[in-house]
Amino acid sequence: MTNQVDNSKRRFLTLATGAVGGVAVVGVATPFIASFFPSERAKAAGAPVEVDISKLEPGQKIDVEWRGKPVWVVNRTKEMVDSLAKIESKLTDPDSNGSDQPEYAKNKTRARADKANILVALGVCTHLGCSPTFRPDLAPADLGADWMGGFYCPCHGSKFDLAGRVYSGVPAPKNLDIPPYKYLNDAVLLVGEDK
Amino acid sequence: MSKLQALTNTVVNWVDDRFPVTASWKAHMSEYYAPKNFNFWYYFGSLALLVLVIQIVTGIFLTMNYKPDGSLIPGTNVSVAFNSVEYIMRDVAGGWIIRYMHSTGASMFFVVVYLHMFRGLVYGSYKQPRELIWIFGMLIFLCLMAEAFLGYLLPWGQMSFWGAQVIVNLFASIPVIGPDLSVWIRGDFVVSDATLNRFFALHVIAVPLVLLGLVVAHLVALHEVGSNNPDGVEIKKNKDPKTGIPLDGIPMHPYYTIKDIFGVAVFLVIFSYVVFFAPEMGGFFLEHPNFDPADPLKTPPHIAPVWYFTPYYAILRAIPSFLGTQVWGVIGMGAAVVIIAFLPWLDRSPVKSIRYRGKKFKTALVLFLISFIGLGILGAKAPTELRTILSQIFSVIYFGFFLLMPFYTKNDPGTEPVPARVTETNTSRQLAFLMYVGIAILGSFVFAKLV
Repeated sequence: MTNQVDNSKRRFLTLATGAVGGVAVVGVATPFIASFFPSERAKAAGAPVEVDISKLEPGQKIDVEWRGKPVWVVNRTKEMVDSLAKIESKLTDPDSNGSDQPEYAKNKTRARADKANILVALGVCTHLGCSPTFRPDLAPADLGADWMGGFYCPCHGSKFDLAGRVYSGVPAPKNLDIPPYKYLNDAVLLVGEDK
Repeated sequence: MSKLQALTNTVVNWVDDRFPVTASWKAHMSEYYAPKNFNFWYYFGSLALLVLVIQIVTGIFLTMNYKPDGSLIPGTNVSVAFNSVEYIMRDVAGGWIIRYMHSTGASMFFVVVYLHMFRGLVYGSYKQPRELIWIFGMLIFLCLMAEAFLGYLLPWGQMSFWGAQVIVNLFASIPVIGPDLSVWIRGDFVVSDATLNRFFALHVIAVPLVLLGLVVAHLVALHEVGSNNPDGVEIKKNKDPKTGIPLDGIPMHPYYTIKDIFGVAVFLVIFSYVVFFAPEMGGFFLEHPNFDPADPLKTPPHIAPVWYFTPYYAILRAIPSFLGTQVWGVIGMGAAVVIIAFLPWLDRSPVKSIRYRGKKFKTALVLFLISFIGLGILGAKAPTELRTILSQIFSVIYFGFFLLMPFYTKNDPGTEPVPARVTETNTSRQLAFLMYVGIAILGSFVFAKLV
């Protein structure tokens, strides 16, 4: 026995206690942080939705709920589809290169080729997640004389055309997302699954 | 000495031997010396404490009837949460008063705290040696903003839902981790029942605990260095040689407790007027779309945050997206809040109070005030091209006030020497104060009408 303090031993014990304690803190924190992620029930609630489109008139839009979010189904008239080509110069991403959509919707109409007039889009603004308003009216007072129909986000003023492509100079950075979808037959659309 | 007094003394002595009750009372009240020249601006610290108590007491009683449940009542589009708020308003005895006190208290908290912060700005209360008081204060301000945002989701109305949707999606714009982070915050892929439950937990216990701890730290730091005052004179530099008491100091109790009670009385008159006659305050304290139950498929035609967030919201909207991301607006909004915490190190002036500051600082302060109020008004309105440009100009002034401060506060012409002792107020100062308040209010109304 000596009265000398062994400083290096003390330092080692302090460090070792700190390190082991730190590991314990991380371990204990894990379940608490993990509990903030979606539960298994929340993850499972993502089933595809069937939509009857046989009564969808040209120019009409219906909203469908898929995974808690609005999905728009718009039956575009021929004039609407034709107008898409005229406004490309005002768009940020006319060819949808930097936007999210299935491969079959990465085209000028952003729709499946067999029903190019039907737009199926996620009605959630790519800026901060508001749901834009359907504004098919031509040249309204608030949106300007060259407005050819589209979607206007009331939250922060983002504008999208009738293919969900974003105008340049607005807060939203990319086009509206297109969810996976397919047609079960001529009258029934399935949103959420395309295989 | 009467028997009662003797008994009281015995009890106090018994406690003092075990807990420093008399010593604490002396240290923080009867022998805590505050400068004798406190004016109108020094009401708002004690009023903030009062509102904190109001919020805690009314909040506790609200939880007894509120249900944080986003599920829909079968056959309706009304959630259990929304319905429980209606139940409090209509069926619980006294429920409507308690809820209106809580909702009015939320807005009044920000009124009081903004004025409290402005006081710090004009009298340089953040300057050495009070930097930590200012930092604790800024953390309190952040907690308050979190409290307000979390609490606003609870009624589960349209504004609750879409406001939370927008704010949580702010985090999604952070590169790489953003999308997962926003899912983590929500606990779901959309704002849902899981979000409501965790916001409730954070609103009623987690953030208030942190807030209370910070308030204690704010006061402990204040009582360590002592209060600043409208002259920016350090009263501890001039002490009575015999007693060691600052010559310009008067004890907190009874002098400032009496003053603060007067402030409380006036404040409660205004508070009660709002609670009883204008609880919605024309849609500024309680927004009208929030009387509709949350509908995840339909955004209200015009979304604006509650008034106290509008300056920051206007900055968010003013910054466009570029380089394929809209994270810049989010960074701008965050920076607008965080930058205030750096004031103690941005200000290079040798004097604290506006009374002895030079012309450049005074001009910058007026421009800052105009831009802050202007942004607040613009943030509450729907965006137009003119408003966006104005927001951008005001945002530049807002940041310029802080970022250029090291330059314009150094060698500011017109800076006067600070007197050794605090000064008495006079009529011309009082008239100038009333005139400035009048101009600010009138200017705000005119701007709001015109823009």
